[in-house]
Amino acid sequence: MLEIKNLHARIADDGTEILRGVNLTVKPGEVHAIMGPNGSGKSTLSYILAGKTDYEVTDGDILYNGESLLELSPDERAAAGMFLAFQYPIEIPGVATMTFLKTALNAQRKARGEDELTTPEFMRRVKEKAAELQITMDMLKRPLNVGFSGGEKKRSEILQMALLEPSLCVLDETDSGLDIDALKVVSDGVNALRSPERSFLVITHYQRLLDHIVPDVVHVLSRGRIVKTGDKDLALELEKNGYADYVGAAA
Amino acid sequence: MNMELRTLETKAEAVLAEAYETVRDALPGGASVAKLRAEAFDAFRATGLPHRRVEEWKYSDLRARLKDVPAFAAKRSDADAEAVVASAGEAYEAVERHRLVIVDGHYHPELSDVAALAGEGVTVRPFAEALAAEGGTLLDLPVVARDDAAVGLNAIFCADGLDMMIADGAKLTKPVEIVHVSGAEAASTAERILIRAGAKSEAVILQTFVGGVEGTFSNTLTDIRAGKGSGLTVARLQAEAAGTTHIATATLTLAEEAHAKLICAGVGSGFARHQSFVAFEGENARADLLGITMVRDRQHVDQTLVVDHAVPHCESREIFKTVVDDGAKGVFQGKIIVRPHAQKTDGQMMTQSLLLSENADMSLKPELEIFADDVQCAHGATSGQIDEDLLFYLRARGIPEKEARTLLVLAFLSEAVEEIKDEIVIEAFENRIRSWLSAEE
Ligand SMILES: Nc1ncnc2c1ncn2[C@@H]1O[C@H](COP(=O)(O)OP(=O)(O)OP(=O)(O)O)[C@@H](O)[C@H]1O
Ligand SMILES: [Mg+2]
Repeated sequence: MLEIKNLHARIADDGTEILRGVNLTVKPGEVHAIMGPNGSGKSTLSYILAGKTDYEVTDGDILYNGESLLELSPDERAAAGMFLAFQYPIEIPGVATMTFLKTALNAQRKARGEDELTTPEFMRRVKEKAAELQITMDMLKRPLNVGFSGGEKKRSEILQMALLEPSLCVLDETDSGLDIDALKVVSDGVNALRSPERSFLVITHYQRLLDHIVPDVVHVLSRGRIVKTGDKDLALELEKNGYADYVGAAA
Repeated sequence: MNMELRTLETKAEAVLAEAYETVRDALPGGASVAKLRAEAFDAFRATGLPHRRVEEWKYSDLRARLKDVPAFAAKRSDADAEAVVASAGEAYEAVERHRLVIVDGHYHPELSDVAALAGEGVTVRPFAEALAAEGGTLLDLPVVARDDAAVGLNAIFCADGLDMMIADGAKLTKPVEIVHVSGAEAASTAERILIRAGAKSEAVILQTFVGGVEGTFSNTLTDIRAGKGSGLTVARLQAEAAGTTHIATATLTLAEEAHAKLICAGVGSGFARHQSFVAFEGENARADLLGITMVRDRQHVDQTLVVDHAVPHCESREIFKTVVDDGAKGVFQGKIIVRPHAQKTDGQMMTQSLLLSENADMSLKPELEIFADDVQCAHGATSGQIDEDLLFYLRARGIPEKEARTLLVLAFLSEAVEEIKDEIVIEAFENRIRSWLSAEE
């Protein structure tokens, strides 16, 4: 599904190197967790996967179903099945949430050669998924994310994911800002999407998310490299001992 | 007159001066009107067309723009005028409305819904008829508009147009559209429109300016008088052809407790200036001014407004949004004046521009002139570009770049669009905005 090979990337503006040789392979249906200290490059990796041009790939490649993603624009990647749930979802005043959702969904369908959804069918899907994520229709009447609380924004991201039905879901700290009940709701939402064809890359600092969304593989990213890979027990160990054992290894 | 001035006179100025000499005796109105025209002409002779050294016109040099001025248009036959209107396209095609037709500055009653309007309590008559009946006082304008050069030029030449009187208490069931169409031969126009809304009347008036060709020079003036307690919306849509020059002045006078909304969308002309002069004459009145301007290529569009709070307890709100692409130029000048005794004035002016290209240019000049102490007045002016992070967010959800940009431009304009409140106007404007955006290369 996803193969990241020796990925080096720097900030386009000033040339600061952030990723220094990331290798990672995610198979269909797998859930991989990425943990690691603040500033180690987790969000950067997620942005590069989604196609943000603030970063420049200087070496290596990202293969998605065997094809390089690097030449694709963000929207082409999305239509191909990539989804990034942002660590900090942004507010877009003046863009109605419903208009946004419909435009995004239909743009992806169009890019894949599928028919656009009719408004009633679209509404039916939104209502259903919103209810599962305990998002009120009232929230959806507002401009995109505007005035949403931190937790509401995160739920809004998962709603988008549920509607767009991507095949690779990258969740960047979706758990941060969620209260205990919301964490459960969001995790259930994610788990409902798990399938043999869909893979997840879950970036998190905390074991508690991984209690709900149980990973197949856990990686530690430190200073732009994956310094340790293990099974779900690795996360438990990190919770207990911190990163001290691994951060040194990256130097 | 100082003869030296003549050596500095441009060709356009000479043509206009000659045009006046030729038509002066044929212009409508009695002695009082002729006197006003002569005074306006003297002022024109002294100062010429407004140019960059005239403070109010410093960003829009009309003298430099007008290389020449075509002759004032003759009135067409109704059949001919109808054909011109038909070829111009409609902004409100699907809307049930009363229509008043002006072609090349001439009002065509036979093509207009005069009888239906009479049934709603609205009397419409040709401007010349009103001028003959009421004399020079009909040309009276708010103090802040009087000295303006384009206003003066309109006073010299205004010969046709219409006078619309909405009876006290009349609540119109349908909007009234005044269509101003310029034909396919370059001509000058200087029509004047009077809209007098009686006490407690309610109406929505749509003014559309379309057509024209390279060289067309329109200098229209719409004089709106909102009577006591009236509720009036005047939505102006200027979408003339790219080669035209258009000066569109609107004056708005508000009586006590009147609530008027003056909306101006400008997407047309190579060189356009929309001027709005607002004067509060009665207390507890409110004026909302909304502007949506979109320019590209080498277009130059200027939104200039002066709001004169001459009496206490009035409110004014101005929201002006400008989108500038390519090497186009946008101008916003807004002035709020609060006179010494106009206490409890509440005036808020906001203007924002969105520059879509490196070469796009925007000049902003917001001003407050406050002479009363117990007032609430503020203005804000910003200029920016499309936020790349927002663009990335939309694209990361699968929305292609062009569509994402369209969404963000619509989002930028939304604040002004929402304030329109009238669904008919919103729909027509949104259609315009979308077609503007989809025409983008
Ligand atoms: N556009 C940018 N401009 C400047 N510095 C950047 C930019 N993007 C990332 N960085 C820097 O790169 C490093 C990695 O940042 P990144 O956001 O990827 O870390 P992270 O692992 O997601 O951290 P956290 O756990 O705090 O979310 C940081 O030092 C950050 O300051
Ligand atoms: Mg991060």
